[in-house]
Amino acid sequence: MNTGKVTGVISNLIFIEAHGAVTQNEICLIHSENKQLMAEVIRVTGTQVSAQLFETSMTIKMGSLVDFTGRMLEVELGPGILSKKYDGLQNDLTKMSGLFIEIGQTTPPLDSDVYYNFTPLIQPGETVHAGDWLGSVKENWIDHKIMVPFVLKGAYTVVSVVKKGDYLINDVMAVLTSEKDEKIEVTMVQKWPVKRAINAFQQKIRPHKILQTGLRVIDTLNPMAEGGTGYIPGPFGTGKTVLQQAIAKNSKADVLIVVACGERANEVVEIFTEFPKLTDPDTGRTLDDKTTIICNTSNMPVAAREASVYVGMTLAEYYRAMGLKVLILADSTSRWAQALREMSNRMEELPGPDAFPVELPATIANFYSRAGITQLNNGAWGSVTFIGTVSPAGGNFKEPVTESTSKVARCFYALSQKRADAKRYPAIDPIASYSKYLDYPEFVENTDTSLQKGWVALVKKCKDLIRNGLEARDQISILGDDAVPVEYHVVFWKSEMIDFALIQQDSFDDVDMNNSLERQRYMFNKLMDIGDMEFTFTEFEEVATFFKQLINILKQMNYAPFDSAQFKKHKKELDKALLHNGEKMVTQL
Amino acid sequence: MGFKRIYTKISNITKATCTLKAEGARFGELAKVNGMPAQVISVMGEDVTLQVFSGTEGISSHSDVIFTGSPPILKVSDLLAGRFLNGYGEPIDGGPELRGETRAIKGNAVNPVKRSKPSTLLATGIAGIDLNNTLVTGQKIPFFADPDQPYNQVLAEVAMRAEADKIILGGMGLSNDDYLFFKNTFSKAGVLNKIVCFINTSENPPLERLLIPDMACTAAEYFANDQKQKVLVLLTDMTLYADALAIVANKMDQIPSKDSMPGSLYSDLASIYEKSVQFAHGGSITIIAVTTLNEGDITHAIPDNTGYITEGQLFLKQDADIGKVIIDPFRSLSRLKQNVIGKKTREDHPQVMNALVRLYADAMDAKTKKENGFDLNEYDKRCLAFAKDYSRKLLAVDVNIPIDQMLDTGWQLLQTYFKKFEVGIKENIMDHYWDDEKTVNA
Ligand SMILES: Nc1ncnc2c1ncn2[C@@H]1O[C@H](COP(=O)(O)OP(=O)(O)O)[C@@H](O)[C@H]1O
Ligand SMILES: [Mg+2]
Repeated sequence: MNTGKVTGVISNLIFIEAHGAVTQNEICLIHSENKQLMAEVIRVTGTQVSAQLFETSMTIKMGSLVDFTGRMLEVELGPGILSKKYDGLQNDLTKMSGLFIEIGQTTPPLDSDVYYNFTPLIQPGETVHAGDWLGSVKENWIDHKIMVPFVLKGAYTVVSVVKKGDYLINDVMAVLTSEKDEKIEVTMVQKWPVKRAINAFQQKIRPHKILQTGLRVIDTLNPMAEGGTGYIPGPFGTGKTVLQQAIAKNSKADVLIVVACGERANEVVEIFTEFPKLTDPDTGRTLDDKTTIICNTSNMPVAAREASVYVGMTLAEYYRAMGLKVLILADSTSRWAQALREMSNRMEELPGPDAFPVELPATIANFYSRAGITQLNNGAWGSVTFIGTVSPAGGNFKEPVTESTSKVARCFYALSQKRADAKRYPAIDPIASYSKYLDYPEFVENTDTSLQKGWVALVKKCKDLIRNGLEARDQISILGDDAVPVEYHVVFWKSEMIDFALIQQDSFDDVDMNNSLERQRYMFNKLMDIGDMEFTFTEFEEVATFFKQLINILKQMNYAPFDSAQFKKHKKELDKALLHNGEKMVTQL
Repeated sequence: MGFKRIYTKISNITKATCTLKAEGARFGELAKVNGMPAQVISVMGEDVTLQVFSGTEGISSHSDVIFTGSPPILKVSDLLAGRFLNGYGEPIDGGPELRGETRAIKGNAVNPVKRSKPSTLLATGIAGIDLNNTLVTGQKIPFFADPDQPYNQVLAEVAMRAEADKIILGGMGLSNDDYLFFKNTFSKAGVLNKIVCFINTSENPPLERLLIPDMACTAAEYFANDQKQKVLVLLTDMTLYADALAIVANKMDQIPSKDSMPGSLYSDLASIYEKSVQFAHGGSITIIAVTTLNEGDITHAIPDNTGYITEGQLFLKQDADIGKVIIDPFRSLSRLKQNVIGKKTREDHPQVMNALVRLYADAMDAKTKKENGFDLNEYDKRCLAFAKDYSRKLLAVDVNIPIDQMLDTGWQLLQTYFKKFEVGIKENIMDHYWDDEKTVNA
């Protein structure tokens, strides 16, 4: 093995004199007090190597031995990933001893002593390529495919495959031969370098199918697509994390990867304690069953923040290759960018805007491009949907991370301080936010059949209604309540109704927190019908009173289970209010 | 370490650092230069650079440099209780030297899977906190306050009312007056035996402040984990701490990011605040800090990064209408309140709290309308009257009542100023708490 010795330490930047050839991004191990501390090579100049340490460097002495591993940062892929809680380098946190994370402690990501029931999916003699399914094991309730290792290039012939039965992950499941007659033994485990995308599929197509998140302002107004990308920027406290966790809890995804990147430990604790108790609305199993958490909170090694998002993405791609619908959430991508900045500054590189590294936009673009809906070699479909939060400095969206992300993410969920201050949650700004999928013809076509004919047109009409409402509000506040036609008040209050009954949603209420597409379709049509109605009021004060009553009833409907007796009762009240609201008002239905 | 390594040849001296050739030094190690504490900030081969906390004035190229062989440490034991110490963990109260186990400050992170969800209510009697921004043990939260707000008084008040086994004060750049104020408050309340103070006053070198939060947290970890106690850590003023970070970064020629702050500000602050924790064995560390603002500007890098790290913030504001300091219900937030409100407190808590704040927002709109010279309608006028009453009875920091009484007061305000459909509260809660007979605006 190639070795070297430590010649300098500045915080977590380590300088090494190497004794042989070193590869950029190679992992090296620094010997320190009977431990081996992991670091990644980030610069090579002749025999001078700079490496970023994934630990604190307080114990490292000058002259310490360094082993270069010859491998990039890799993850272990195999059954047992689901329900795990990993740190940013895929160490299983649950297996760690002690209350505190000791420096240099590593734990295996998979369980080598657990038996999985294997069912072969292939016969000897068949020809296979990287990513093809050799067999399947049950992981929790998911059919976890054992695949031809992604690193293999070209065609292979299956020599043998074990018969149905219980096996350990390191047992040989199949034997393959290459065209050059090399024999390959395939176990349930394979490794993959995290910074490279897993490309074992035929094609990636444009996203076109709605991914139900249960949140009205997303599904109805700014839909996310299977295999799509989105980002949630917002000042602190505007609800990025709550929104992302709501998406996590309610989305119709087969597998969920949550990357807690450089944020609060208590927020992951929340997931740890809640997810095992929550039922996945889609399958009735616990949410924990389909979830993997990657946790590199703000007090954990800064250098591992970057690793954590790549580890998450690689795991997502792995499950996509099994034909599953994967949702990956990262909170917050800004912390990853900041980690890049800290290191770049320490290396005294020439900085880009706001002292971020110049390659930041490319790094972000490259990462988002790993999401997508793909057709596998066998024709099956799998998808990786990615939603990241962004934490802009000073809450100002004109900063490098937000701007770079805006160029690559297709959905924009802008959280507004003003809405959060007024407790209008989720504080998604209805005007600024968008989903580019609404403009995809294949998406329009898909919703025409899956939701209702003309759905997207209705959504756009609703956005106009909101926009008109805000313009009316501006006029009212400039000119005064009684200086504008009463009609302005109606236009404004219609948009308030959409705000209160559609956009606002109580993420802490058991019923309101999650709406099926069916329920959303029903309520949306109801609201848009009211939006179409013409009302005649004589005085502006009547308008507010009337709509506040409507809003109150609509909110009660939102709090009631769909189609329950309670729901129907409020629906009757609504119809009544619309039909006979005093003598002064005429409704035309 | 059996022997001390002494060197007497310094090759380079800057305002805050000095460099010398030395063997075996490690990053982060503490040393003394001419008897003055210093810390290793870079090792490049044999060249070791030290940051001298008090500045390099008086250091010559022949000054003694002694390496201690370890990073900064604190001696932890029950003997810490009642003591006043400086940034190096040395007594400033004239008392005996500390004894106990030697611990490096800035200890390892708690494994997140070993943390418990913080969900024990920490009541203060202040409705602006308990009702609107309920705190729990294991939380970290700062007061955001302009320099002219009585933030240290409020901080001391909260500390005295909150239930805690130990109170650990980390004072950074504290004025001598405020230092004495804390000391008097603790001694008057008869709690000197349950406090530990780490003090850096404005008379001490600013860089020494950098050690204060880690010292305070190391003491806190001892009591919270080793002794399984409920520990409350008070850190004031974290803005002055961050300013000291900026001085160091600047002297080391680092490229500053926003507001001349080092690019690592977020990580630096997070490593302190994340020491707050709820352990499964019942011990906990709660951090209540002060971040002073410049003219209420929360977009400045210090409050901004703080807000991204802490579990909310408590915003102090002068309410001219009632002539008192209030906790601003809009910009304040407790992110952990949902762990207790309506669960450990009465079921109507979340709904009442939200309704009051929403209506207060309507009042602020009405106020703007009035200031812009428009006529107020009947609803606007009711809102304004409500706002004043709400501010006086619930938002002012001098309120001291139990939570149930805060909720009752809330209902009474709603019933006094609003109609049933205007409050937007869930039906089952309304049915239970809204008393039709008491309604003023039927
Ligand atoms: N949808 C919501 N419903 C109710 N309260 C919310 C909602 N979103 C956010 N909040 C409140 O705002 C606080 C901050 O939200 P969070 O998601 O942690 O903000 P961010 O991640 O943007 O800093 C939460 O603790 C909660 O009190
Ligand atoms: Mg967050």
